[in-house]
Amino acid sequence: MATIWLSLIVLIPLAAVVAKSTDGPFWETVGSRQAVSALELTVLASIGVAAINAVMGTLVAWVLVRDSFPGKGVVNALIDLPFALPTIVAGITLLALWGQHVAYTRTAIVLALLFVTLPFVVRSVQPVLLELDAEMEEAAASLGARPLTIFRLIVLPNLAPAIASGAALGFARAVGEFGSVVLVSGNIPFKTQVASVFIFNQVESDNTPGAAAVAVVLMAISLLVLLIIRRLGR
Amino acid sequence: MSRVGLRAVALAYLAVLLLVPVGVVFYKTFEHGLGAVFDSVTTPAAIHAFWLTIEVAVIAVPLNAAFGVITALALVRGRWRGKSLVNAIIDLPFAISPVVIGLALILVYGRNGWLGSWLSDHGIQIIFAVPGMVLATIFVSLPFVVREVAPVLREIGDEQEQAAATLGASSWQTFWRVTLPSIRWGIAYGVVLSTARAIGEFGAVSIVSGKVAGQTETLTLLVEKRYGNFDVAGAYAASALLALIALATLLAMTVINPRKEPA
Amino acid sequence: MKRTLSVAVVAVAALVAAGCGGAADTKDATAATGGGGAKKLALVAYSTPQVVYDQLIPAFRKTAAGGDTSFSESFGASGDQSRAVESGQAADIVAFSLATDITRLVKDGIVASDWASGPTKGIVSDSVVTLVVRKGNPKHVETWDDLLKPGVQVLTPNPFTSGSARWNLMAAYGAQLEQGKSEAQALAYIKELITKHVAVQDKSGRDALNTFTSGKGDVLISYENEAITAQQKGKDVDYVTPGDTILIENPIAVTKSSKNPAQAKAFVDYALSPAGQQVFADHGYRPVDKAVFKRNASTFPTPKGLFTIDDLGGWDKVATEFFDPQIGSFARIEADAGVSTAK
Repeated sequence: MATIWLSLIVLIPLAAVVAKSTDGPFWETVGSRQAVSALELTVLASIGVAAINAVMGTLVAWVLVRDSFPGKGVVNALIDLPFALPTIVAGITLLALWGQHVAYTRTAIVLALLFVTLPFVVRSVQPVLLELDAEMEEAAASLGARPLTIFRLIVLPNLAPAIASGAALGFARAVGEFGSVVLVSGNIPFKTQVASVFIFNQVESDNTPGAAAVAVVLMAISLLVLLIIRRLGR
Repeated sequence: MSRVGLRAVALAYLAVLLLVPVGVVFYKTFEHGLGAVFDSVTTPAAIHAFWLTIEVAVIAVPLNAAFGVITALALVRGRWRGKSLVNAIIDLPFAISPVVIGLALILVYGRNGWLGSWLSDHGIQIIFAVPGMVLATIFVSLPFVVREVAPVLREIGDEQEQAAATLGASSWQTFWRVTLPSIRWGIAYGVVLSTARAIGEFGAVSIVSGKVAGQTETLTLLVEKRYGNFDVAGAYAASALLALIALATLLAMTVINPRKEPA
Repeated sequence: MKRTLSVAVVAVAALVAAGCGGAADTKDATAATGGGGAKKLALVAYSTPQVVYDQLIPAFRKTAAGGDTSFSESFGASGDQSRAVESGQAADIVAFSLATDITRLVKDGIVASDWASGPTKGIVSDSVVTLVVRKGNPKHVETWDDLLKPGVQVLTPNPFTSGSARWNLMAAYGAQLEQGKSEAQALAYIKELITKHVAVQDKSGRDALNTFTSGKGDVLISYENEAITAQQKGKDVDYVTPGDTILIENPIAVTKSSKNPAQAKAFVDYALSPAGQQVFADHGYRPVDKAVFKRNASTFPTPKGLFTIDDLGGWDKVATEFFDPQIGSFARIEADAGVSTAK
């Protein structure tokens, strides 16, 4: 039953995109210097963002679950806001904040991506931490293990699937992000143009098969990286 | 690393990346006073956008929640081949940029699309109407509940469920009484994230909505329209409204799950 | 779980009760443009003239021809809107930024091929490409050549994501030709402009205007109506129209699939009438009605070297020659720009 749902909503439209991509010179479009450059920038930036999220997101989740300080409830509530705010607002806010210094650079792209992917690892790890049985940690502590060792050998393995899950989602979102990046990156081909903007260019130039082609390649790369990240999480 | 040290690093990170930007949004919203904000969110267009946003989310989120729980159970508890692939496909909707999602939906349901002639023969309007927007929203928020519930399922293990089975409980009873309560936080967070994503979606919905003022404009589309019309304060006001909906959802979830309050 | 369900049910019920709020985005309830007439008309237009149509529609509905109509309006980027209509969005009247967005629909059978046969050749308003500068013009930018002065930062949107942005580059290119340069020299001008002076390429004209007003850049290549709108909204900008520039022509048409063709045509006629044209003029668009234009001539000075897209070969030829993603010369300039800056 779930597979029918999946097919209807996801697979059929995606199949349509794959079909469309064959309407034009697939490899020529995808192999063009501009496309390759955009794909490279996108994948590298997204992997970097996923890595940062894996570390910082876990840290934030840990502090939100295990620690207590005034205002924690407020901070916890705000974590989801990067999702709820339309990407255009994220863009204009980031511009307003860091404006002239980092705008229209690759740093701006990374900052925008970190903002929109913030909730993923945090929210992925929180429920697991909540269910985590503290007994093992307490036992290890009473046996004299240092906190870092406890974390490394007992807590981390239990959190690993959740961290990997969240990081993978963050990577996927970063790869496809358009609305905020298009505002802050300047969209200069070969310098700050990401794949989603390149695809947008192609659609706007009535080159739908070309857009579909690059989209298909991006999907394939994402699938690959997602599979790898999940393997690492085991 | 001391507790305070960890807290400091985490809060500093959050401050720079999240608290300050969100603070800017609320500051810029209320910069011109409460009255202006109230006017801004009670125009007929804003009211309609608000209800449309809610309507789309109310349809998309529960559907995805049901799908999410079922799929998470199948992925974690089931034994079948092709799990890794299905796993990766479930995450795929995120990786696809909104432009492509809109394109994909139009390629299938649009006038020249695969189902185009069938749909127009039967007078069914999917694209450039609310159904298309619901489809796009379901697409972009599909993975959330699965991803929140699966790690929790894996973490709690299935001993309790097995125990219930040996005691004679049916699968439905086991699910309802044993499994569901232990994954409630996963579901809750999944629903919260799913809702936030659903109401905040812009790109894909923008392409398939037709942007008909007063009919197919959600809050995110209203934000864009206002920003484009030099009404920056109005754009921020609508955004603040979106933020409030997200906060309300989180509040609702923590109220429904009073047992473990993470505060 | 049960509580969530009942909350959802209540929400849906409330939705049904609340009904549609309506289209007007102002506090003033009488500004509601939807109306309750029996003849429904769907207007699909590009985004900048929204201010004009917000006034035109209620005025039209007060006339005899428009008395029984009700409107739904959709505004967005010109190319996107055109593609949406092509993919099935309902439209009775379409109004876009440039003619290629209409010819796309002609090719698909949605708009009649004789759409441009009327007295104004299907055009409802004009404008010119102009150079928007900071108040007081501190860098003294007056001509196209001033854009190439060292250190001058120019903003212009990406012509591959914004069909309307193509007017900008054709103005620059055509101006070179007007000044007597050869085609090769004109291309060299464009190349230098894009590679050395354009730091940001926003995806639409309005985005570029917002980037400019937020402090980036020295000059924004835009349209006269955008500059006037910005000033009317209180932005601190001036604009200088170079002697040689292109006439921007915005087309309008009715669709073949319209269920109320008589009313749709009546609306277009109203937009072309003196009353309708004056509304355009009030918002910075050059009227095509000659009498109305003369009345507003002080706002709209005529540049000495004004040329049109037809002088450059017409949009169909230009779209292929310059903007085709594979073989267009501007496309190659953008790609070549990567040679000097690629890592």
